[in-house]
Amino acid sequence: MAASKIKKVGVFVCHCGVNISSVVNIEKVVEAVSKLPEVTVARDYKFMCSTPGQELIGKEIKEQGLERVIVAACSPLLHEETFRRVLVKSDLNQYFFQMVNIREQDAWVTADKDKATQKAIALISAAVKRVQTHEPLPKREVDVDPNVLVIGGGIAGIEASLQIADAGHKVYLVEKQASVGGHMAQFDKTFPTLDCAACILTPKMNSVGFHPNIDLMTYSEVVDISGYIGNFEVTVRKNPKYVDYEKCTGCGVCMEKCPSKVSSEFDEGLVERKAIYTLFPQAVPNKPVIDAKNCTYLTKEKCGVCQKVCEAGAINYEDKEELVKVKVGSIILATGYTFAKPDVLKDYGYGKLDNVLTALEFERLNNAAGPTDGEITLKDGSKPQSVAILHCIGSRDKNYNEYCSKVCCMYSLKFAHLVREKTGAEVFEFYIDIRSPGKAYEEFYTRIREEDVHLIRGKVAQVTDVPVTDDEKGKLVVIGENTLTAQRVRVPVDMVILSTGIESNKDAADMSRLVKVATDKDGFFIERHPKMAPIETASAGIFIAGTCAGPRDIPETVASAQGASSLALKLISKGKVEIEAATAWIVEELCAGCKLCISMCPYKAIEFDEKKKISVINEVLCKGCGTCAATCPSGAAKARHFKDEQIFDEIEGVLSL
Amino acid sequence: MSKLNIGAYWAASCGGCDIAVLDIHEKILKVNEACNFYLWPIAMDFKYEDVEKLEDNFLDLMLFNGAVRNSENEKLAKLLRAKSKLLVAFGSCAHTGGIPALANFYKKDDLLRRVYVETESTSNPDKILPQPKTEVKEGVVEIPEFYDRVFSLAQVVDVDYFVPGCPPNPERIWEVLEAVVTGAELPPKGSVIGATDKSLCDECEREKSEDKKIKGFSRIDKVMVDPKTCFLDQGLICLGPVTRGGCGQKCIKGSNMPCRGCYGLPPDIQDQGAQMISSLAALIDSKDPEEIDKIVKEVPDLAGYFYRFSMAGSFLEGSK
Repeated sequence: MAASKIKKVGVFVCHCGVNISSVVNIEKVVEAVSKLPEVTVARDYKFMCSTPGQELIGKEIKEQGLERVIVAACSPLLHEETFRRVLVKSDLNQYFFQMVNIREQDAWVTADKDKATQKAIALISAAVKRVQTHEPLPKREVDVDPNVLVIGGGIAGIEASLQIADAGHKVYLVEKQASVGGHMAQFDKTFPTLDCAACILTPKMNSVGFHPNIDLMTYSEVVDISGYIGNFEVTVRKNPKYVDYEKCTGCGVCMEKCPSKVSSEFDEGLVERKAIYTLFPQAVPNKPVIDAKNCTYLTKEKCGVCQKVCEAGAINYEDKEELVKVKVGSIILATGYTFAKPDVLKDYGYGKLDNVLTALEFERLNNAAGPTDGEITLKDGSKPQSVAILHCIGSRDKNYNEYCSKVCCMYSLKFAHLVREKTGAEVFEFYIDIRSPGKAYEEFYTRIREEDVHLIRGKVAQVTDVPVTDDEKGKLVVIGENTLTAQRVRVPVDMVILSTGIESNKDAADMSRLVKVATDKDGFFIERHPKMAPIETASAGIFIAGTCAGPRDIPETVASAQGASSLALKLISKGKVEIEAATAWIVEELCAGCKLCISMCPYKAIEFDEKKKISVINEVLCKGCGTCAATCPSGAAKARHFKDEQIFDEIEGVLSL
Repeated sequence: MSKLNIGAYWAASCGGCDIAVLDIHEKILKVNEACNFYLWPIAMDFKYEDVEKLEDNFLDLMLFNGAVRNSENEKLAKLLRAKSKLLVAFGSCAHTGGIPALANFYKKDDLLRRVYVETESTSNPDKILPQPKTEVKEGVVEIPEFYDRVFSLAQVVDVDYFVPGCPPNPERIWEVLEAVVTGAELPPKGSVIGATDKSLCDECEREKSEDKKIKGFSRIDKVMVDPKTCFLDQGLICLGPVTRGGCGQKCIKGSNMPCRGCYGLPPDIQDQGAQMISSLAALIDSKDPEEIDKIVKEVPDLAGYFYRFSMAGSFLEGSK
């Protein structure tokens, strides 16, 4: 490594309140880095990101004539922008800055105080070496494409799409299922107001279906995303519907006549649907699709009834999947959740004993548009005399999901009310704690208690149909504990409802790779900051709405969707976005024309110069991701601001102590 | 013009580099006309003590092939450095450790045990291992000390030039000799000569695709190799992209075999093996960790394959 040429380096160490200073000995750090020959000034401050902190840096830049600035504080994801702006204000190129993360990567993860202090010194020393070869890079701005992609057509996706479309911008709304609506469309009443879900949802579904600014793609999936904030290119796969929507009138005759019956996923398998079907009668678009796996014509080339009865001639068995490319400036993820089906369901007789239902199955049973037209009945058609509702099935449980699903207490209380109202049955709620924070939620809980519902504090161990007493004969026996009276209880009932929680989608990991947004250990998307940026993600221009970020109820979901649309609209109204100036380039003398970089460039920014037989980077398209530099076998492709020498200098700095 | 004083030496090597010198064929006579040899163990019988008697810098040119693996190699490297004006690390082993340096993946004790005790053809019930000093009736017998690891020449002494190759291409050898003999202007000290700065792909005429995706690795005994298509496009690992050109493409053109990397790393990369792994990793066409694992395991000896010639000078350097 060459001897350091830049001698005017300023180091600013942040206490972050006590976040850093309670573990890292700031005084020692400042003392140690002051002694480095390249460092002109080393200062510390309680909150370096605050106005006085920023002013301190600006003042030292001016007074000491600093050439390079290092801030040792939190993650650059949080405040790199903040400090780069300080440099710009002080007439220094923003790339003469280096941020050292001594909070997330040191103070928060190192128990031993001496080691944490040593680590902070090592990391700062690395930065001091690194900034030696930093080069000034010019600012780059690109236009923002005003179109927006929304992935997922549940209430979150619907709300976000409508907000943006109503503001006058184009939205591509992609939904995997044959209709928008999501889980909310499966519910009957919503807590705590008990207003009907359909009454508030279906008008919005309808608006989405017919909005001139919304291009609704149902039965479709996003398969590829390239590009960056302001300029994403998205590939959507439209799965074959086998029904020409231009011709189809939605008359429904095909569904009536179709002879193939399969279990209805929308009705949680409580009834059957046809192989040509709409998800539910109020589906948007209200036109059917053919389920290719279960269609006799598509599997065996027999039948063809739907084609024969369709007067519009809309059935097309030759339909193929179609790949559509769209350009958008931002992306809203509203991919929702799935209801957990933990193994523990078996202990409660689920799948073995009749009249043991999951919460979603009960929602369908209770739904006015459901299989029983909303009547709560047992399998034999009779009304239940007694019902047990078991909370926290697979939630708040180290063996399954450790977290609280947030909505189950409230929907369970709602169930109790509905059962009492519709059947007059006795209701037993087995809960661990009742969690009812939210507007009018606690009041709803009080109301249910006054409706003669038996609330038993304790977890249920088992549900059995083996009777011990005559009372238990022919009943489901709920065996549990009442922790308030410290007694074991056995409660014979006719129906058991298992309150299962919210879980991330099974394909969350695939979606995470596709959109380049990380998920937490439970598969929910991680926000850029849990408090200050709960809707943004670490990928600029990609926002999260609704339950794909964690358990949320409907009001919270709608609020986050409106938040996400507001952030997308902010981008559109700004029109331009500053992008990374640290692009890549190729050294002509070293490039051997192996073309590996061309294969790898995610932005298709590299072309082959047939005359010179070398690869050439188009800097307008280059996003500076560095993939080519990592791929290039001969070291010809180089990434600005991440040159090999800078990284090796950094390593040497870390190891120099 | 007075004759040049030259020599050639082999340290830990197979002898191929010396043969390559002879592969300049009748031009060797021209070398003989222009030069006096003072050391060339493969061809002539000189003694070390003869060399020791020479004045420092007496030799105009010394071609040193082989890696430094034991105390004798090191002693000669230091001796020849002192006696030579130009010391050339000649061939892959002297340049970057070569095949002998693959032993750096193991510890010295493991190597000795394997070779002297465990090999299938060995019978050594008393597990006797070579010792630097052995006392016998007649006195003490000494053999060179076997080192913990293999070094490249430049890791032991100051080197003027590097000529890569396993072995170096005879045409390039002739160019080097000719330059010295004719007194042509020599490149800056430390240069790699007889090789290009660009990687071998620059010379390679095979058809290269612009959308390389590796779905799995194959081996040359498993497929019919198309002589017109880039090996990587056929799922065969070719080290050409991380290797200097200048070799004459004997493998890829002559034998339809992928490059094994003997011409060493181009100037702007730090570690030939790591760079190739990095490049190939980028090309693997899967996002599924399990599938990636399966693809990677199709290469039976990852480290040996990618560090075949460059272990001594790599980041890995040696097992500790």
